[in-house]
Amino acid sequence: MRYAETGFDLEIDLTRGSIERVETDPRLTELHLGGLGTSAKILWDRVPPEVEPFFPDNLLIFSAGLLCGTPAPGANRTIVSTFSPQTLLMAYSMMGGFWAPELKYAGYDKVIFRGKSPDLVYLWINNDKVEIRDASHLQGRGAVETAELIRQELKDPKVQVAAIGLAGENRVYMASIEQGRSSASRLGIGAVMGDKGLKAVAVRGTRDVNIARPAEFMELCKEVLEYIKVREEKPVPGVMPILAGLGSPQEMKLHDEKWHTENFMWGNSRIRKRDFWNKEVAEKWEETQENVRTRLISCYNCPMKCGAIISVPGILTYMMKCFSKLTYTMAAFSDLDFGFRIAQRATEYGVDGFSTPQVMAFALELYEAGILTDQDMPGMPSDSEGRFYWLLDRIVRREGIGDVLADGTYWAAQHIGKGAEEYAHNNIKKHEQLPLKLGMLNPVYFLMYSTGEKVNITQIEGSFPQAPFATMEEREDFVKDWIQVPDEKFKQYLLDWEFRGEHSNPYYPTVEMSCEIVDWQEMMHYIDDALGICAGLSSFPLKPPYHIHNFPAFISSATGIDMDEEGLTQVARRNRNLVRAVNVRRGLRRADEKPPEDHWKKRFPELEAELLDTYYKFKGWNNQGIPTKETLHELALDYVSEDFLQRGILTDNEGSPSKKTSAGKERK
Amino acid sequence: MGEKKKKIVKTIKIDLDKCNGCRSCEVVCSAFHATPKYSSNNPARSRIRVIHEPLRDIYLPVYAGEYAKAECSGRDKYVIDGKEYDECAFCRASCPSRDLFKEPDSGLPLKCDMCEDDPPQKEPLCVQWCLNDALTYEEREEEVEEEVKLEDVEVGLESMADKYGLQKIIDTVARMSMSKKG
Repeated sequence: MRYAETGFDLEIDLTRGSIERVETDPRLTELHLGGLGTSAKILWDRVPPEVEPFFPDNLLIFSAGLLCGTPAPGANRTIVSTFSPQTLLMAYSMMGGFWAPELKYAGYDKVIFRGKSPDLVYLWINNDKVEIRDASHLQGRGAVETAELIRQELKDPKVQVAAIGLAGENRVYMASIEQGRSSASRLGIGAVMGDKGLKAVAVRGTRDVNIARPAEFMELCKEVLEYIKVREEKPVPGVMPILAGLGSPQEMKLHDEKWHTENFMWGNSRIRKRDFWNKEVAEKWEETQENVRTRLISCYNCPMKCGAIISVPGILTYMMKCFSKLTYTMAAFSDLDFGFRIAQRATEYGVDGFSTPQVMAFALELYEAGILTDQDMPGMPSDSEGRFYWLLDRIVRREGIGDVLADGTYWAAQHIGKGAEEYAHNNIKKHEQLPLKLGMLNPVYFLMYSTGEKVNITQIEGSFPQAPFATMEEREDFVKDWIQVPDEKFKQYLLDWEFRGEHSNPYYPTVEMSCEIVDWQEMMHYIDDALGICAGLSSFPLKPPYHIHNFPAFISSATGIDMDEEGLTQVARRNRNLVRAVNVRRGLRRADEKPPEDHWKKRFPELEAELLDTYYKFKGWNNQGIPTKETLHELALDYVSEDFLQRGILTDNEGSPSKKTSAGKERK
Repeated sequence: MGEKKKKIVKTIKIDLDKCNGCRSCEVVCSAFHATPKYSSNNPARSRIRVIHEPLRDIYLPVYAGEYAKAECSGRDKYVIDGKEYDECAFCRASCPSRDLFKEPDSGLPLKCDMCEDDPPQKEPLCVQWCLNDALTYEEREEEVEEEVKLEDVEVGLESMADKYGLQKIIDTVARMSMSKKG
């Protein structure tokens, strides 16, 4: 019997309309656990670098994490992976909600799509019965609307639906996959789904997920719940409100937006409004939020309340979480009421709330600079809010200038020319980043921004505080019950970290310490993404209930696989190196690993070079960021180094440089 | 007629306003009632279900109650705070009108047993796992008439007898025990 996992994947060929149920190799679970890990293995094995994102041979994989469907609190993430039309690299985007556990109960760990359907279809998984169904009547429908229509059609309110909206159908690069209160938004995976002619995946399951050592496993679950209770009563003092508690940032619960509105940039990540937040704004925004927020809600089997039902009078109800509350508001220099209104339309269209507002603000900057003209924007309203709606409608339909903007700021700027590239200033690896511009370089963040495979800082940061604590008392108080550290030395790093002087950014944490801190933070994300544990209970907040010391017991009691801290660290390294390898084979090199030039005002080219050099060495990579033969051998990834040698990406002679390319400079 | 007797009545208070729709109650219920205990998890086997329709802000945890062999001849609809609840939404019965509270494999009825256990649990598991206090546990003493309590097997057999007729069940059991002996 297989434990925690079902041991079966669904293979769907959309070109031929075929459906297969395939037993998976349990050895791969031992090597990669599941979720992102096993999906990366499939993408390495089956999608060669010549296959472009919109080729039929590109795969789109919906994967449950290894612990999804078990009673482990917060184990509900679906990891969707494919190749990104935006970055031309591997894309993985995750969503919480209820979909992944339902897939497990239906009897599958993954659904792997290949090919392209000639007509718009959706997949209906009902335990053993799996069918590809016509979706022509759903064409152009909103993502939330589609889910409702499918539930009605199937006459079962318990069906979980992941769907794309108009943006995905039209292969807009910031198209998301929406699923109730959650979405997999980044890197254009909704566009790949639309390209495959797949409108939605609906799933319902009524079977068991088994646990290898039940009593031990339940004891661990209880401990996590107990810890959550205690931790919720003890917010971390001295940090901004969203970092004090657990969960994904509690944007739906909190009203105090002083930190975001005064520290994040407005418009096209340009303008900082240092004195924006005052009593009047605070009162008005609180009233707005209270009036539209019907209920705080969670994902499957999680006591947190990171999401909310939003009912703005006059428009359809939808669900929201996290920072999209403010992204439209701030990009349009508007207020919270506008933010809640336009987010409803954006959710139905199915677009990334992170990139989309920046793309629109970018277009308006170009217009104000005279690079885009009235000829490009015929009939555009004169007010900022009106312009945002106007642009959004055109982007998701790829109409006129919308067709250009639908490729994101990087490609749009290339297309427009005339100096537009200067305005696409907030990208890493061709992808829009948080609208954040800071003063002093933070060495840990420099490394995470540069080298993160997810190309999204929130998916790689979290375990270590973002900034030092002001006083020694605060620091001592913080480290007192900091049980999550993999090694005691991290406590000392924090104790010694100062705002000013010798022990402050950018030279402290030192280069070596920075590498260790980054390594810890990303390890936790790679573990979460393999297990399907929400980052909000693990790798994202400070002092979370899940950590490197209790994960091994969770894994071994759930699956029966022998696992200790060393073994789990090794699995996380293996997965991290495999994802890197997939990207290296697509051309990712050192030249691509850099934060936006204006991310920090004070930059230190020599230090930055040293940071990258040292981090690469620390990781067992060469100076181009490519895992070496020895590293790959240690991780049982010899098949990767063989491929690298064949392709000339690695050479047998360590001294000779590898073939130089840079990730997908051109689009074909 | 049974004798009058003091009895502890176990109550779960359900506060719909506090429910965040996480379904932890379903998770732990199905795990607790698995054999061996906690060995598997499957909300379809749970004796509590959260009826939820997020877009209408309906979050309603319902416990499995008595097995009913026939569906009601009429239907109720509730409107609370302007929200209309589907007919049968508040009903706890395992009945032919819906697929709720039935074992997914056998179709046999499920019923909440308040997690009776040896040694006893301090509270039903669903209450323990509801950190938002949508479910809270209360006990009170009442004088009640003693009744004969049906065992799980009996409830199941009764529902099968309703479906196939008692004689057929007797015949089948007899045949089965013969073939086991043989």
